[in-house]
Amino acid sequence: MKRLASIAFATAIALFLQGCAGWQSALDPKGPAASELAWLIWFFTGLCAVVWVLVMAALAVPLLMRSRQHAEPLALDAGADSRKLRVVMIAVGLTAVILVGLTLLSFFANRTLAAIGSDAALTIRVTGHQWWWEVRYEDATPSRILTTANEIHIPAGEPVRLLLTSTDVIHSFWVPSLSGKLDLIPGRMNVLDIKADKPGVYRGQCAEFCGAQHANMGTFIIAEPRAKFDAWWNDQLEPAAVPTGDEAKAGENLFLKRPCVMCHKIGGTPAGGTVAPDLTHLASRQTLAAGTLTMSRGNLAAWIADPQGVKPGSHMPVVDLSGDELNAIVAYLEGLK
Amino acid sequence: MSSADLTSERDLPPERETSVRGDIAPERDGPRDTGMDDASLHRWLARTWRTPPGIIGALSSVDHKVIARRYLITAFLFLCLGGLNAVAMRIQLSGPQRGLIGPDLYNQLFTMHGVTMMFLFAVPIVQATGIYLVPLMVGTRNIAFPRLNAFSYWVYLSGGLFAWVSFALAMAPDVGWFAYVPLSGPEYGPGKRADVWAQMITYTEVSSLAVAVATIVTVFKQRAPGMSLDKIPLYVWALLVTSFLVVFAMPAVMITSTFLILDRLVGTHIFNPAEGGDALLFQHLFWFFGHPEVYIIFLPATGMVSAIIPVFARRPAFGHLGLVLSLIAVGFLSFGLWVHHMFATGLPKLGASFFTASSMLIAIPNGVQIFCWLATLWDGRPVIRTPLLFVFGFFFTFVIGGLTGVMLASVPLDLQVHDTYFVVAHFHYVLIGGSVFPLLAAAYFWFPKITGRMMSERLGRWHFWLAMIGFNAAFFPMHIVGLWGMPRRVYTYPAELGWGNINLFISAGAVLFFLSFVLFAFNLVHGALRGTPAGDNPWDAGTLEWATSSPPPGYNFARIPIVTNVEPLWAERGALPVATGLRVDVRELLVSTVAEAHPDIREKSATPSIWPLLAAIAVGATFLYSIFTPWAIIWGAAPIAVTLVGWFWPKADPEDEE
Repeated sequence: MKRLASIAFATAIALFLQGCAGWQSALDPKGPAASELAWLIWFFTGLCAVVWVLVMAALAVPLLMRSRQHAEPLALDAGADSRKLRVVMIAVGLTAVILVGLTLLSFFANRTLAAIGSDAALTIRVTGHQWWWEVRYEDATPSRILTTANEIHIPAGEPVRLLLTSTDVIHSFWVPSLSGKLDLIPGRMNVLDIKADKPGVYRGQCAEFCGAQHANMGTFIIAEPRAKFDAWWNDQLEPAAVPTGDEAKAGENLFLKRPCVMCHKIGGTPAGGTVAPDLTHLASRQTLAAGTLTMSRGNLAAWIADPQGVKPGSHMPVVDLSGDELNAIVAYLEGLK
Repeated sequence: MSSADLTSERDLPPERETSVRGDIAPERDGPRDTGMDDASLHRWLARTWRTPPGIIGALSSVDHKVIARRYLITAFLFLCLGGLNAVAMRIQLSGPQRGLIGPDLYNQLFTMHGVTMMFLFAVPIVQATGIYLVPLMVGTRNIAFPRLNAFSYWVYLSGGLFAWVSFALAMAPDVGWFAYVPLSGPEYGPGKRADVWAQMITYTEVSSLAVAVATIVTVFKQRAPGMSLDKIPLYVWALLVTSFLVVFAMPAVMITSTFLILDRLVGTHIFNPAEGGDALLFQHLFWFFGHPEVYIIFLPATGMVSAIIPVFARRPAFGHLGLVLSLIAVGFLSFGLWVHHMFATGLPKLGASFFTASSMLIAIPNGVQIFCWLATLWDGRPVIRTPLLFVFGFFFTFVIGGLTGVMLASVPLDLQVHDTYFVVAHFHYVLIGGSVFPLLAAAYFWFPKITGRMMSERLGRWHFWLAMIGFNAAFFPMHIVGLWGMPRRVYTYPAELGWGNINLFISAGAVLFFLSFVLFAFNLVHGALRGTPAGDNPWDAGTLEWATSSPPPGYNFARIPIVTNVEPLWAERGALPVATGLRVDVRELLVSTVAEAHPDIREKSATPSIWPLLAAIAVGATFLYSIFTPWAIIWGAAPIAVTLVGWFWPKADPEDEE
């Protein structure tokens, strides 16, 4: 039993050390909320480990100290029982004290988390879809409202308020290195405040089972210095780049004639679909299909040619395209920086 | 525990031991066990209580032991099926981006794994163990409502077949065992998959309710004379509290699944936010059942631990009253913390904090139980045999699960770990550590009572170590990978997140854990066929089930024992005092008072009947058909009514025909 415990403990430590570099890890916090939570996780873990070791020690002692064979059931010794009773009462009392302490600690952590977003200047509305994220940057000026998909840019070092909802099933927004998760529920609006201490790219993923492609519903939070963020926003407000080459021009034509326009929007063109991600600045994103593929010409072609092969069950249909047509469309989309 | 009670009990004159019911005229009374010699008593009782011969006879048996054996075997087979699901999932997850199992099959696999383990294994097997042991432990000849008991088995069996046949036809539910709306609703759950989930849940829970009711009545009204509330064995207490949990919790999930099928089939909008319904209502209803469900599985296991530790520690359980009060406290508190499954839904902070406090609170009675068991071991002289080994395995793992449960109870902490592999690790530590390990201990412990033979001790030790290593290798690293950000219910994950190696390790552990069950199955079969004969009481235990032969005869006890102590066989090293006066030519039970277990009346126990099976078929067909049309409920009512009439058709008493 003891040997097993020490093996388990050593394994645990080794695995922990290996994993701290993860970019979607709750143990590698990059913002105030996640830091508070990581501290809480370590504190609870440490205390629980101590309790566990004590209980195991209490279990090991009678096994190691007592004789192993005794045929007749023992008569009860009233004196020993009342001494035991005192020990048990003390153990129960200690348990209660520890639990009260942990409860209070939770309440204080809650309060710290609630304080993070009290002065958030930026509000972003995140809407869950099967299986992608619609991201809308709110602004007092209607013309500055910006809609993109899957990647969320935020200014580093500033609290940002996320308004979370869903149009289909329940999803859950979770970027572990910045904050805990919160559900996106149809018919409800949840509020999550996040803040990244430093510029960086933080991965997140849907955490509530939402159907066939729940596994491939990733997202990225890209924290940038304020000036860079503002520049990015202004760029994104521009209509889509006008295609230059012949192939790209043909691609635009194809895109507008094919079923693509039923679902996708490309700013500055007649394409105005809203049920799928806005593609106006598609090529400026790092990934395709909600974090499933990295952005590249080859992946773009693979995704359009066979969406069901990349993300089986996804709502992107197969559009019948010849090789040239596929190349043209990819050339066009590649230009949408 | 006053001895005055016992003497008065024992000194009752035969006429007063069992007061005769007014409607049975004394002159028409048949032969009784009073003063009958042992040989003819056994002959009479064996004939009266036998299961009829032939296939029809076997299908109409109402003997609680026969039904429980079927239940146990069926539940074990479902455990193996659910385990195979898990192994398949672990093979798919053993590395990043494996293309072995696609999302469609994977989602069915984890749904069926959860449904099978929760509804077809865990709850049925603890109830089946209760069906076998409770009547023996309280010293009665059969469970209350034996035909209902038979009915419940057939319902359970057909519900399980219903689910697994749909899986074989690739139309198993794929919406998770919790089947949250709107994913399982009419708009996002097309096909018949979620309907299978909804109707199978409603249907299978009928059997749980039936068993719970039978258990409650057996414990309250059929205890042997002298078994006052303070002398009920802890295991029986655990089953009693569990049965109350079933009675109050199961209707919540049946309402949930019925609302869902109404939304899907009849077009109501109970869960549709666009029409004024609410998706969160589903979660509240589901978890109002779902949390007590954990304790429905766990409390009987604590009862097993409470039964096994004293036997091997060679002393009565320390703090009997404390253990009973803890069971009752856990039962009550388990209804007050369902919201901790919903912390990430964005409920008001103050409300969520209340559920943090109540979730923390339940750790206290659970702690009391742990401390009492430790005190029992401290004061005893532990004899280490396989059942006790598995109890140690229970301590080792369940305490981890309990402590991570305390972590999950904290709202802020839960926001990081909810719906990740940390939670998967936690509840497997609780359910396997807290329930399966005690069940394995119980299997080794009570196997001789069921088969009359012992299981191999040597294989048992191998099984124990293989299971412990496999289990911890499979589930401990899940805590870590969960904290690294791996969500649950994903069929694949990207390589760049660095979860590959740890998942390979987990999968290897899972395979090892599964192999330990193969060894266990071999030990079961080997023990049943070739094991050394056990004798009545191989462990020298103290409770009543060991007072009869192994396996027990159809009538359990030739003469009803009188109970003087929590461990009557330890208190009375000679023969137990007995109560007599029951008839031997008809199936008669002794019914006793609720608190003091004074003999009250004699009551007839139901005779074998094929009608419970036919009723279960009628009900099953109705539910199956109802996934296609709501009219099935109307058409199905007729055959159900016919079978119920057959079931309850009054038969004249043999003595009335004389």
